[in-house]
Amino acid sequence: MRNIFIICRKELKSYFASPIAYLLMAIFAVIFGFFFYSATAIFVVRGMESQMMGRGFPMDVNEWVIRPLLMNASVVGLFLIPMITMRLYAEEKRSGTIELLLTSPVRDVEVIVGKWLAALLLYACVLGISAINIAVLFFYGQPDWKPILVGYLGLLLQGGCLLAIGTFISTLTKNQIIAGGATFAVCLLLWVLDWVTAYETAAWGKVISYLSVVTHFEPFAKGVLDTKDLIFYVSMIFFGLFLTARSMESLRWRA
Amino acid sequence: MIKVEGMTKRYARTVAVDNISFEVEKGRIVGFLGPNGAGKTTTMRVLTCFLPPSGGTAKVAGFDVLEQPLEVKKRIGYLPETPPLYPEMEVVEYLTFVGKLKGIAGSDIKRRVDEVSERCAIADVRNRLVSKLSKGYRQRVGLAQAIIHNPDVLILDEPTAGLDPKQIIETRELIKDLAGSHTIILSTHILSEVEHTCEQVIIINKGRLAAIDSVSNLTARLRGSESIAVEVEGTDGVLNRAEVQGRLERVAGVSAVICKESRDNRCLFEVESLQGYHVRGDLARTVVGAGWNLLELRPIALSLENIFLELTASEQQQTVVAKQ
Ligand SMILES: Nc1ncnc2c1ncn2[C@@H]1O[C@H](COP(=O)(O)OP(=O)(O)OP(=O)(O)O)[C@@H](O)[C@H]1O
Ligand SMILES: [Mg+2]
Repeated sequence: MRNIFIICRKELKSYFASPIAYLLMAIFAVIFGFFFYSATAIFVVRGMESQMMGRGFPMDVNEWVIRPLLMNASVVGLFLIPMITMRLYAEEKRSGTIELLLTSPVRDVEVIVGKWLAALLLYACVLGISAINIAVLFFYGQPDWKPILVGYLGLLLQGGCLLAIGTFISTLTKNQIIAGGATFAVCLLLWVLDWVTAYETAAWGKVISYLSVVTHFEPFAKGVLDTKDLIFYVSMIFFGLFLTARSMESLRWRA
Repeated sequence: MIKVEGMTKRYARTVAVDNISFEVEKGRIVGFLGPNGAGKTTTMRVLTCFLPPSGGTAKVAGFDVLEQPLEVKKRIGYLPETPPLYPEMEVVEYLTFVGKLKGIAGSDIKRRVDEVSERCAIADVRNRLVSKLSKGYRQRVGLAQAIIHNPDVLILDEPTAGLDPKQIIETRELIKDLAGSHTIILSTHILSEVEHTCEQVIIINKGRLAAIDSVSNLTARLRGSESIAVEVEGTDGVLNRAEVQGRLERVAGVSAVICKESRDNRCLFEVESLQGYHVRGDLARTVVGAGWNLLELRPIALSLENIFLELTASEQQQTVVAKQ
């Protein structure tokens, strides 16, 4: 446990010592800010329209603003995650510090979990920026906070799962750019997999779309906490970290 | 303390280390010597559990590197060929991190960091970013990192690479200092370093063990005879080289005289003597007695360099013979 914490702290420090953490936050703040502005603007316009048509103004903020925003945040996350994980192992391999980690009295799994946890915490910080926007809504309306919490839990789980995959990919190469590019490709693929259902109704179509991380996020965005999606994310996280552990082991035998 | 038996390490295509066996007792300093690509780094990586051996066993402090790597790692301090530094950290921060990673208790860390930065002479760059350090300072921080948890066994891959002469001497002293309580293996290309710091030498060449012995034994083993450099000058402006050579050869105990260099009326000879004869006095008397000037009379120490070259060369000859 102590070792996980030590590794995690070191990784977090190096994220914040380099511009990468701030860059990610800035990118996210700008993009999410734009989405937020658009979503609220649309909400207000629609609200006026419906009022003029004689229907009552109070539309559901959760349904009209927060849900699409959470969906958007999850997609933006897909683009940021490769930038978070690409350096985790690739950089250690390139600079030779991997020799320090692998010859210190710590277990591989502690290093892996520590690194993944640091990545997750950074991702949480990035998402935290969106929370500032959403907090604003509480001043002007009464959104229901429970679905929001579920939505953020979903974002974190989805992030954790993609971060685990990214961590694995980072062990495969010494080159950060390659690690980042490959992770991005995989993230993108996992996102669009559910398109299969649009034209394929056979069983394999279902299986493939089951793997799509976005399909599993939709219920979270609606504020529905379904164990089936929870299990999907948690097992994907375990799978990703397991692959990382195998890769570390084979790294030794191959190296 | 360290026991390697029939250890082999294969990379994808190359055999980097081929069936090596050796043993190192507690408290010894052992020099690991070999030309480039001999397999020094590979052997060290196996000992530090960075790479698993492809065959044979390696044990550190009684623990097998494959079966109980965690126990081995606890007892080892390792300075890899390139110091494993994180450029974005400050020196103190880095040493604290490594200290924690090596399992030093939180309350002891600060004291240990102070101690090693004192010992490795990096106290004045404590708060510098690692990325802003010069090569020599990086090497020192690497060394500090290796000794921070006071390990039983120290494995240093070319510890003095990139240091200035003063620092090389200080590092050697530091290593000698550590020797009593630690077992140390260091690899190097600088042969005089082995002569100065190590008690035992392991010479490997192309992945095979070429020699393992104490420094003094190894030197004595190949010193079948003593070599002496003699420089003679003719007094009247000319020097009959053949005559000098003839006279020197007649001195009792001299086995061979070779003229190395001759210029104007001077000539430098290399005189080889048989074992058990002390010919220097007779040589001096002969030269002076014949009316020449004796400019220099100096024993040529048979250095580890010669031994090294001889061992690795004979290995090559053997393989050539084997091929034919
Ligand atoms: N990762 C690797 N993959 C494949 N072959 C390797 C690898 N590392 C080393 N080798 C090969 O193994 C052999 C031994 O290398 P090693 O690094 O142990 O030599 P060394 O004695 O440390 O040399 P040097 O004095 O140059 O540091 C060399 O032939 C080298 O090419
Ligand atoms: Mg080497």
